[in-house]
Amino acid sequence: MDEMESGVVKKFMFVNRKAPYGTIYALEVLEMVLISAAFDQDVHLAFVDDGVFQLKKGQDTKALGQKNFSPTYRALDGYDIEKLYVEAESMAERGLTPADLLVPVEVLSRAEMGALMNEMDVVLTA
Amino acid sequence: MLHTVNKSPFEKNALESCLSHAVEGASILLIEDGVYAALGGTSTAARMAEAAKRFKVFVLGPDLAARGMDAGRLVEGVGIVDYEGFVDLVAEHPTSQAWL
Amino acid sequence: MKIGILVNEGPYNHQASDTALNFCKAALAKGHTIWRVFFYYDGVLNAAPRAEPPTDDRNLFKQWGELAEKHGVDLVVCVAAGLRRGIREGDTAPGFRISGLGQLIEAGIQCDRLVTFGD
Repeated sequence: MDEMESGVVKKFMFVNRKAPYGTIYALEVLEMVLISAAFDQDVHLAFVDDGVFQLKKGQDTKALGQKNFSPTYRALDGYDIEKLYVEAESMAERGLTPADLLVPVEVLSRAEMGALMNEMDVVLTA
Repeated sequence: MLHTVNKSPFEKNALESCLSHAVEGASILLIEDGVYAALGGTSTAARMAEAAKRFKVFVLGPDLAARGMDAGRLVEGVGIVDYEGFVDLVAEHPTSQAWL
Repeated sequence: MKIGILVNEGPYNHQASDTALNFCKAALAKGHTIWRVFFYYDGVLNAAPRAEPPTDDRNLFKQWGELAEKHGVDLVVCVAAGLRRGIREGDTAPGFRISGLGQLIEAGIQCDRLVTFGD
Protein backbone atom coordinates (compact mmCIF):
# COMPACT_ATOMS: atom_id res chain seq x y z
CA MET A 1 0.00 0.00 0.00
CA ASP A 2 1.28 3.44 -0.95
CA GLU A 3 0.36 4.99 2.38
CA MET A 4 2.59 2.55 4.20
CA GLU A 5 5.53 3.64 2.10
CA SER A 6 4.99 7.37 2.45
CA GLY A 7 7.51 7.61 5.27
CA VAL A 8 5.38 10.14 7.16
CA VAL A 9 5.12 9.35 10.85
CA LYS A 10 2.52 11.33 12.72
CA LYS A 11 1.53 11.26 16.36
CA PHE A 12 -1.95 9.74 16.49
CA MET A 13 -4.04 9.65 19.63
CA PHE A 14 -7.21 7.65 20.10
CA VAL A 15 -9.12 9.22 22.98
CA ASN A 16 -11.49 6.90 24.82
CA ARG A 17 -14.02 8.73 26.96
CA LYS A 18 -16.92 6.28 26.93
CA ALA A 19 -17.69 3.11 28.84
CA PRO A 20 -17.97 -0.22 26.99
CA TYR A 21 -21.17 -2.13 26.00
CA GLY A 22 -23.69 0.67 26.62
CA THR A 23 -22.57 2.06 23.26
CA ILE A 24 -20.39 0.58 20.53
CA TYR A 25 -17.73 3.29 20.55
CA ALA A 26 -15.18 1.44 22.70
CA LEU A 27 -15.27 -1.64 20.45
CA GLU A 28 -15.10 0.22 17.16
CA VAL A 29 -12.30 2.50 18.43
CA LEU A 30 -10.37 -0.67 19.21
CA GLU A 31 -10.91 -1.91 15.65
CA MET A 32 -9.58 1.44 14.41
CA VAL A 33 -6.54 1.16 16.67
CA LEU A 34 -5.72 -2.33 15.37
CA ILE A 35 -5.82 -1.11 11.76
CA SER A 36 -3.61 1.86 12.60
CA ALA A 37 -0.87 -0.57 13.62
CA ALA A 38 -0.31 -1.42 9.94
CA PHE A 39 0.65 2.17 9.11
CA ASP A 40 3.77 2.53 11.26
CA GLN A 41 2.53 5.66 12.97
CA ASP A 42 3.26 6.83 16.52
CA VAL A 43 0.05 5.59 18.12
CA HIS A 44 -1.18 6.66 21.57
CA LEU A 45 -4.28 5.47 23.41
CA ALA A 46 -5.77 7.70 26.08
CA PHE A 47 -8.37 6.56 28.59
CA VAL A 48 -10.13 9.46 30.31
CA ASP A 49 -13.52 10.05 31.91
CA ASP A 50 -15.73 6.93 31.50
CA GLY A 51 -13.14 5.53 29.07
CA VAL A 52 -11.23 4.14 32.06
CA PHE A 53 -14.05 1.62 32.54
CA GLN A 54 -13.00 -0.04 29.28
CA LEU A 55 -9.94 -1.44 31.06
CA LYS A 56 -11.71 -2.87 34.13
CA LYS A 57 -10.66 -6.42 34.93
CA GLY A 58 -13.16 -9.27 35.02
CA GLN A 59 -15.62 -8.18 32.35
CA ASP A 60 -18.19 -10.92 31.75
CA THR A 61 -20.66 -10.24 28.96
CA LYS A 62 -22.12 -13.72 28.54
CA ALA A 63 -25.61 -12.80 29.70
CA LEU A 64 -25.65 -9.74 27.41
CA GLY A 65 -25.03 -11.72 24.26
CA GLN A 66 -22.28 -9.23 23.42
CA LYS A 67 -18.68 -10.18 22.78
CA ASN A 68 -16.25 -9.42 25.61
CA PHE A 69 -13.58 -7.56 23.69
CA SER A 70 -11.55 -6.52 26.72
CA PRO A 71 -8.85 -9.21 26.19
CA THR A 72 -7.92 -7.35 23.01
CA TYR A 73 -6.37 -4.55 25.08
CA ARG A 74 -3.88 -7.11 26.35
CA ALA A 75 -3.05 -8.15 22.80
CA LEU A 76 -2.16 -4.63 21.66
CA ASP A 77 1.52 -4.96 22.46
CA GLY A 78 1.64 -7.75 19.88
CA TYR A 79 0.77 -5.04 17.35
CA ASP A 80 3.51 -2.77 18.73
CA ILE A 81 0.87 -0.54 20.30
CA GLU A 82 2.34 0.04 23.71
CA LYS A 83 1.52 3.64 24.56
CA LEU A 84 -1.56 3.30 26.76
CA TYR A 85 -2.25 6.21 29.10
CA VAL A 86 -4.88 6.27 31.82
CA GLU A 87 -5.81 9.39 33.68
CA ALA A 88 -5.36 9.29 37.46
CA GLU A 89 -8.19 11.71 38.28
CA SER A 90 -10.65 9.86 36.03
CA MET A 91 -9.83 6.60 37.83
CA ALA A 92 -10.04 8.16 41.30
CA GLU A 93 -13.41 9.80 40.54
CA ARG A 94 -14.72 6.37 39.58
CA GLY A 95 -13.26 4.49 42.52
CA LEU A 96 -10.68 2.63 40.43
CA THR A 97 -6.99 2.03 41.06
CA PRO A 98 -4.39 0.63 38.65
CA ALA A 99 -4.92 -2.77 40.34
CA ASP A 100 -8.44 -2.82 38.83
CA LEU A 101 -7.09 -2.63 35.29
CA LEU A 102 -6.54 -5.60 33.00
CA VAL A 103 -3.43 -4.32 31.28
CA PRO A 104 -0.30 -2.44 32.36
CA VAL A 105 -0.67 1.25 31.58
CA GLU A 106 1.05 4.52 32.27
CA VAL A 107 -0.93 6.64 34.70
CA LEU A 108 -0.89 10.35 33.96
CA SER A 109 -2.35 13.28 35.85
CA ARG A 110 -5.03 15.29 34.07
CA ALA A 111 -2.53 18.07 33.46
CA GLU A 112 -0.03 15.61 31.98
CA MET A 113 -2.76 14.10 29.80
CA GLY A 114 -3.71 17.56 28.53
CA ALA A 115 -0.09 18.30 27.72
CA LEU A 116 0.27 14.97 25.88
CA MET A 117 -2.90 15.62 23.86
CA ASN A 118 -1.46 18.97 22.89
CA GLU A 119 1.58 17.26 21.31
CA MET A 120 -0.51 15.16 18.91
CA ASP A 121 -0.84 15.63 15.15
CA VAL A 122 -4.09 13.70 14.81
CA VAL A 123 -6.64 13.16 17.58
CA LEU A 124 -9.48 10.72 17.00
CA THR A 125 -12.38 10.57 19.42
CA ALA A 126 -15.71 8.83 19.59
CA MET B 1 -5.15 22.97 19.35
CA LEU B 2 -8.74 23.64 18.36
CA HIS B 3 -11.23 21.91 20.63
CA THR B 4 -14.82 21.46 19.55
CA VAL B 5 -17.54 20.75 22.11
CA ASN B 6 -21.04 19.79 20.99
CA LYS B 7 -22.73 18.90 24.29
CA SER B 8 -24.85 20.95 26.63
CA PRO B 9 -22.96 21.38 29.93
CA PHE B 10 -26.24 20.69 31.71
CA GLU B 11 -26.29 17.13 30.36
CA LYS B 12 -22.72 15.90 29.77
CA ASN B 13 -19.22 16.58 31.07
CA ALA B 14 -17.66 17.08 27.62
CA LEU B 15 -17.10 20.81 28.17
CA GLU B 16 -15.71 20.35 31.68
CA SER B 17 -13.38 17.62 30.43
CA CYS B 18 -12.27 19.82 27.54
CA LEU B 19 -11.60 22.79 29.83
CA SER B 20 -9.60 20.72 32.26
CA HIS B 21 -7.38 19.25 29.50
CA ALA B 22 -6.91 22.25 27.22
CA VAL B 23 -3.58 24.04 27.54
CA GLU B 24 -2.93 27.77 27.45
CA GLY B 25 -3.36 29.22 24.00
CA ALA B 26 -5.96 26.69 22.92
CA SER B 27 -9.12 27.70 21.12
CA ILE B 28 -12.51 26.22 21.97
CA LEU B 29 -15.43 26.24 19.58
CA LEU B 30 -18.87 25.43 20.96
CA ILE B 31 -21.15 23.86 18.36
CA GLU B 32 -24.56 22.19 18.26
CA ASP B 33 -25.88 21.76 21.85
CA GLY B 34 -22.48 22.99 23.07
CA VAL B 35 -23.58 26.58 22.46
CA TYR B 36 -25.73 26.51 25.63
CA ALA B 37 -22.48 26.64 27.61
CA ALA B 38 -21.81 30.17 26.36
CA LEU B 39 -24.95 31.74 27.79
CA GLY B 40 -24.91 34.21 30.64
CA GLY B 41 -27.29 34.00 33.59
CA THR B 42 -26.81 30.24 33.88
CA SER B 43 -25.23 28.01 36.50
CA THR B 44 -22.27 27.50 34.16
CA ALA B 45 -21.74 31.15 33.20
CA ALA B 46 -19.03 31.85 35.78
CA ARG B 47 -17.07 28.79 34.66
CA MET B 48 -17.30 29.95 31.05
CA ALA B 49 -16.33 33.52 31.89
CA GLU B 50 -13.22 32.21 33.61
CA ALA B 51 -12.49 29.90 30.65
CA ALA B 52 -12.83 32.80 28.21
CA LYS B 53 -9.92 34.50 29.97
CA ARG B 54 -7.62 31.50 29.55
CA PHE B 55 -8.73 30.33 26.11
CA LYS B 56 -10.13 31.81 22.94
CA VAL B 57 -13.78 30.72 23.08
CA PHE B 58 -16.19 30.87 20.17
CA VAL B 59 -19.72 29.72 19.46
CA LEU B 60 -21.06 28.68 16.09
CA GLY B 61 -23.58 31.44 15.27
CA PRO B 62 -25.97 29.32 13.19
CA ASP B 63 -26.33 26.88 16.11
CA LEU B 64 -27.00 29.76 18.49
CA ALA B 65 -29.65 31.26 16.18
CA ALA B 66 -31.31 27.89 15.60
CA ARG B 67 -31.83 27.59 19.35
CA GLY B 68 -33.43 31.00 19.71
CA MET B 69 -30.47 32.61 21.46
CA ASP B 70 -28.99 35.93 20.43
CA ALA B 71 -25.49 37.32 20.86
CA GLY B 72 -26.64 39.59 23.69
CA ARG B 73 -26.99 36.58 25.98
CA LEU B 74 -23.41 35.40 25.59
CA VAL B 75 -20.90 35.44 28.41
CA GLU B 76 -18.40 38.26 27.93
CA GLY B 77 -15.31 37.25 25.99
CA VAL B 78 -17.03 34.64 23.83
CA GLY B 79 -16.85 35.30 20.09
CA ILE B 80 -19.24 34.23 17.35
CA VAL B 81 -18.19 32.55 14.10
CA ASP B 82 -20.12 31.21 11.14
CA TYR B 83 -19.19 28.04 9.19
CA GLU B 84 -16.52 30.00 7.29
CA GLY B 85 -15.08 31.05 10.64
CA PHE B 86 -15.15 27.42 11.77
CA VAL B 87 -13.08 26.51 8.70
CA ASP B 88 -10.65 29.34 9.47
CA LEU B 89 -10.23 28.09 13.04
CA VAL B 90 -9.46 24.60 11.75
CA ALA B 91 -6.92 26.04 9.32
CA GLU B 92 -5.28 28.18 12.03
CA HIS B 93 -4.69 25.26 14.42
CA PRO B 94 -2.54 22.28 13.46
CA THR B 95 -4.81 19.80 15.27
CA SER B 96 -8.52 19.58 16.01
CA GLN B 97 -9.93 17.56 18.87
CA ALA B 98 -13.64 16.81 19.22
CA TRP B 99 -15.10 16.34 22.71
CA LEU B 100 -18.12 14.16 22.00
CA MET C 1 -5.34 23.08 2.64
CA LYS C 2 -6.15 19.36 2.51
CA ILE C 3 -8.86 18.56 5.04
CA GLY C 4 -10.10 15.12 6.03
CA ILE C 5 -13.44 14.60 7.75
CA LEU C 6 -14.65 11.83 10.05
CA VAL C 7 -18.41 11.43 10.50
CA ASN C 8 -19.31 9.26 13.51
CA GLU C 9 -23.10 9.43 13.48
CA GLY C 10 -25.90 8.67 11.07
CA PRO C 11 -28.20 11.32 9.61
CA TYR C 12 -31.12 12.94 11.43
CA ASN C 13 -30.73 11.31 14.84
CA HIS C 14 -27.82 13.63 15.58
CA GLN C 15 -26.77 16.96 14.10
CA ALA C 16 -23.29 15.62 13.28
CA SER C 17 -24.02 14.91 9.62
CA ASP C 18 -25.58 18.36 9.10
CA THR C 19 -22.68 20.14 10.76
CA ALA C 20 -20.14 18.11 8.77
CA LEU C 21 -21.93 18.97 5.52
CA ASN C 22 -22.09 22.67 6.32
CA PHE C 23 -18.42 22.61 7.29
CA CYS C 24 -17.46 20.87 4.02
CA LYS C 25 -19.46 23.33 1.91
CA ALA C 26 -17.84 26.31 3.65
CA ALA C 27 -14.35 24.81 3.32
CA LEU C 28 -14.85 24.14 -0.40
CA ALA C 29 -16.20 27.68 -0.91
CA LYS C 30 -13.03 29.03 0.70
CA GLY C 31 -10.85 27.06 -1.72
CA HIS C 32 -9.80 24.25 0.60
CA THR C 33 -9.82 20.63 -0.52
CA ILE C 34 -12.00 18.11 1.26
CA TRP C 35 -9.66 15.22 0.59
CA ARG C 36 -11.88 12.53 2.04
CA VAL C 37 -14.94 12.10 4.22
CA PHE C 38 -14.81 8.86 6.16
CA PHE C 39 -18.01 7.43 7.63
CA TYR C 40 -17.61 5.23 10.69
CA TYR C 41 -19.77 3.90 13.55
CA ASP C 42 -23.42 4.73 12.76
CA GLY C 43 -22.00 7.31 10.35
CA VAL C 44 -22.14 4.58 7.70
CA LEU C 45 -25.92 5.09 7.67
CA ASN C 46 -25.38 8.36 5.79
CA ALA C 47 -24.89 6.05 2.80
CA ALA C 48 -28.17 4.19 3.28
CA PRO C 49 -29.73 3.33 -0.07
CA ARG C 50 -33.43 3.87 -0.76
CA ALA C 51 -33.89 6.40 2.05
CA GLU C 52 -36.74 8.81 1.39
CA PRO C 53 -36.80 11.70 3.86
CA PRO C 54 -40.02 13.77 3.83
CA THR C 55 -39.95 16.25 0.95
CA ASP C 56 -40.23 19.23 3.30
CA ASP C 57 -37.05 18.15 5.11
CA ARG C 58 -33.45 18.29 3.91
CA ASN C 59 -32.13 15.22 2.09
CA LEU C 60 -28.75 14.55 3.66
CA PHE C 61 -28.07 11.48 1.48
CA LYS C 62 -28.54 13.58 -1.63
CA GLN C 63 -26.47 16.47 -0.27
CA TRP C 64 -23.52 14.17 0.44
CA GLY C 65 -23.88 12.66 -3.03
CA GLU C 66 -23.83 16.13 -4.59
CA LEU C 67 -20.62 16.91 -2.75
CA ALA C 68 -19.04 13.89 -4.40
CA GLU C 69 -20.53 14.64 -7.81
CA LYS C 70 -19.85 18.39 -8.00
CA HIS C 71 -16.62 18.65 -6.04
CA GLY C 72 -15.14 15.19 -6.42
CA VAL C 73 -15.15 14.63 -2.67
CA ASP C 74 -14.16 11.06 -1.80
CA LEU C 75 -16.94 9.64 0.39
CA VAL C 76 -15.71 6.44 2.03
CA VAL C 77 -17.87 4.14 4.13
CA CYS C 78 -16.09 1.73 6.48
CA VAL C 79 -16.67 -1.80 5.21
CA ALA C 80 -16.75 -3.48 8.63
CA ALA C 81 -19.00 -0.86 10.26
CA GLY C 82 -21.17 -0.91 7.13
CA LEU C 83 -21.64 -4.68 7.05
CA ARG C 84 -22.57 -4.58 10.72
CA ARG C 85 -25.39 -2.17 9.82
CA GLY C 86 -26.53 -3.49 6.44
CA ILE C 87 -24.60 -1.08 4.21
CA ARG C 88 -22.59 -2.93 1.58
CA GLU C 89 -20.72 -2.58 -1.70
CA GLY C 90 -23.06 -1.93 -4.61
CA ASP C 91 -25.96 -1.03 -2.36
CA THR C 92 -25.33 2.50 -1.12
CA ALA C 93 -26.72 5.93 -1.86
CA PRO C 94 -25.02 7.45 -4.95
CA GLY C 95 -21.58 8.99 -4.47
CA PHE C 96 -20.33 6.73 -1.68
CA ARG C 97 -17.78 3.95 -1.92
CA ILE C 98 -16.97 1.16 0.52
CA SER C 99 -13.45 0.59 1.79
CA GLY C 100 -11.43 -0.29 4.86
CA LEU C 101 -10.57 1.59 8.02
CA GLY C 102 -7.09 2.09 6.61
CA GLN C 103 -8.61 4.85 4.48
CA LEU C 104 -9.27 6.84 7.65
CA ILE C 105 -5.73 6.38 8.97
CA GLU C 106 -4.45 7.32 5.52
CA ALA C 107 -6.54 10.52 5.65
CA GLY C 108 -4.96 11.30 9.02
CA ILE C 109 -1.51 10.87 7.50
CA GLN C 110 -2.11 12.63 4.18
CA CYS C 111 -4.34 15.54 5.24
CA ASP C 112 -3.21 18.78 6.84
CA ARG C 113 -6.21 18.58 9.16
CA LEU C 114 -8.63 15.90 10.31
CA VAL C 115 -11.92 17.10 11.79
CA THR C 116 -14.35 14.80 13.62
CA PHE C 117 -18.11 15.23 13.80
CA GLY C 118 -20.01 12.93 16.13
CA ASP C 119 -22.06 12.69 19.25
